[in-house]
Amino acid sequence: MNTSQTDTFNNASFKMPSGGTVIEINNLKKSFGEQEVLKNISLKLFNGENLVVLGKSGTGKSVLIKCIVCLLNSDGGKINVFEKNVTELNRKELGELRQKVGFLFQSGALYDSMTVKQNLEFPLQRIKKNLTKKEIEDKINEVLENVGLADALNKMPSQLSGGMRKRISLARTIVVDPMIMLYDEPTTGLDPVTSDEISSLIIDVQKKYKTSSIIITHDIKCALKTANRIIMLNEGEVYKEGKVEDFKNSTDPLIKSFFK
Amino acid sequence: MKKFTPVKIVIPKLRNATEQSLKKLSEKTIAKTVSANNFLTDISDVLLFIIRIIKETFSRNFEFKEFLHQCFKIGYKSLPLISITGTIMGLVLTIQSRPVLVNFGAVTMLPGMVAISLIREMGPVITALICAGKIGSGMGAELGSMKVTEQIEAMEVSSTNPMRFLVVTRVLAATLMIPLLILYADALGIFGSWAGANIKGDLNFVLFFSQAFSHVKFIDFLPAVIKSFFFGAVIGLVGCYKGYNAGRGTESVGVAANSAVVLASLLVIIVDLIAVQITDMLIL
Ligand SMILES: Nc1ncnc2c1ncn2[C@@H]1O[C@H](COP(=O)(O)OP(=O)(O)OP(=O)(O)O)[C@@H](O)[C@H]1O
Ligand SMILES: [Mg+2]
Repeated sequence: MNTSQTDTFNNASFKMPSGGTVIEINNLKKSFGEQEVLKNISLKLFNGENLVVLGKSGTGKSVLIKCIVCLLNSDGGKINVFEKNVTELNRKELGELRQKVGFLFQSGALYDSMTVKQNLEFPLQRIKKNLTKKEIEDKINEVLENVGLADALNKMPSQLSGGMRKRISLARTIVVDPMIMLYDEPTTGLDPVTSDEISSLIIDVQKKYKTSSIIITHDIKCALKTANRIIMLNEGEVYKEGKVEDFKNSTDPLIKSFFK
Repeated sequence: MKKFTPVKIVIPKLRNATEQSLKKLSEKTIAKTVSANNFLTDISDVLLFIIRIIKETFSRNFEFKEFLHQCFKIGYKSLPLISITGTIMGLVLTIQSRPVLVNFGAVTMLPGMVAISLIREMGPVITALICAGKIGSGMGAELGSMKVTEQIEAMEVSSTNPMRFLVVTRVLAATLMIPLLILYADALGIFGSWAGANIKGDLNFVLFFSQAFSHVKFIDFLPAVIKSFFFGAVIGLVGCYKGYNAGRGTESVGVAANSAVVLASLLVIIVDLIAVQITDMLIL
């Protein structure tokens, strides 16, 4: 059986769109009670690119990507992933969509009652149901080597350092070969060396698995290293969108404060 | 989960003094209405939660492995605690009631009386309360911390229904294991009672046992067993509900665990009251 990237294309309902836009968001709105978090967000993610989303803490970056996979229900606007409106999917279709989208949580979200190995097996067994034991083992070893933690296999999450947890949860996300990756602050709270490693890892993932990614970060080094395009959010709206150079050369005080 | 939004009530601006006092009165009424409204939304949330659990229980993909794991955790891991409390329960009950029965010259009734009170009331209720503390708080804290650290969302994006994987398995395991723990506590309680009777006089265990069970009828067992299942279900439901619906900060883990114990214990007592009323009406 072929377990490589191609099997994700077999499913008839989610095909790589011809136009090259994998995610398209139009006029997205989301409030919690009285608090309007996302006021009007429109953005596009093109096939194969790394899109970095910048923005102050609390502007709703995490909320934005949670809306993409329907962990939160948006209040208005449209989110198309692979040319399908996610708000109109039924449970089964949503499950299929989520199999194509890898989500790296801000807190890592490793299951603390399971070992690293079980953490990695969990999505594999549930998303790729017809893998043999051997194939699962090989896949797990492969991704653990990719994140440089092959010896952590039988550790519990509580025995890992913060950086190791981040890397294991990245491994858990890429183990199922997603076509889209959503990274929520992959380098926050890590030392410069580890951050740099993670940034390289993100580029490796993009090249190796041909993914399109949205990367949320405050870490400007990581942004510069991984970005093909940058979008900056402020107060629930898109503040600026453009190439890396546009941001570097900008005289806007808010942007400058990020790119100091 | 779908929540009912509480109704918004706008207080109109009032001018003179009489209206001021009226306003105070209306504010009080509004506060009451709002809290009553919150209470009703809470109840409807709980009902929706239960309906969802029932629906997921009968869905095709039952998480059998996780269910067994939970049975092990709830049942086996509670054995030491239940053994100690069960034995002491019987022992203490015997030592306390012996002098009274001696006064009435009814010491021979001791084994039967202890067995009946253990099986009908003490065993189920005390064991359920202990389980509410151990299992209810455990579930509340575990699911609460999973919620806070986004683990439940992580499950959802890996094509796993967290309701099915986490909640259904735990509620079913509690419903099944807690009655077994209760029966086990009953048995050890009777053993403890024999030990207690043995302190003051030499009593053969077989004799004690046959004396005890000459008084116990099937009709003593049945309602107790039935209500134990309800105790188990209540403890599982409350623990999971409080954990699964924990807030967003770390402090909400503590709140979830604490309120799970309080509510589960309270509901165990209330269910017991209802069960006793029903058995009383039906049988005796
Ligand atoms: N489930 C929720 N319920 C209520 N409010 C929420 C919820 N999720 C997020 N919020 C609110 O939405 C706002 C944006 O949160 P979000 O987590 O998206 O910020 P962020 O941009 O990711 O910030 P950070 O960089 O610190 O992670 C916050 O004010 C937060 O309080
Ligand atoms: Mg965030």
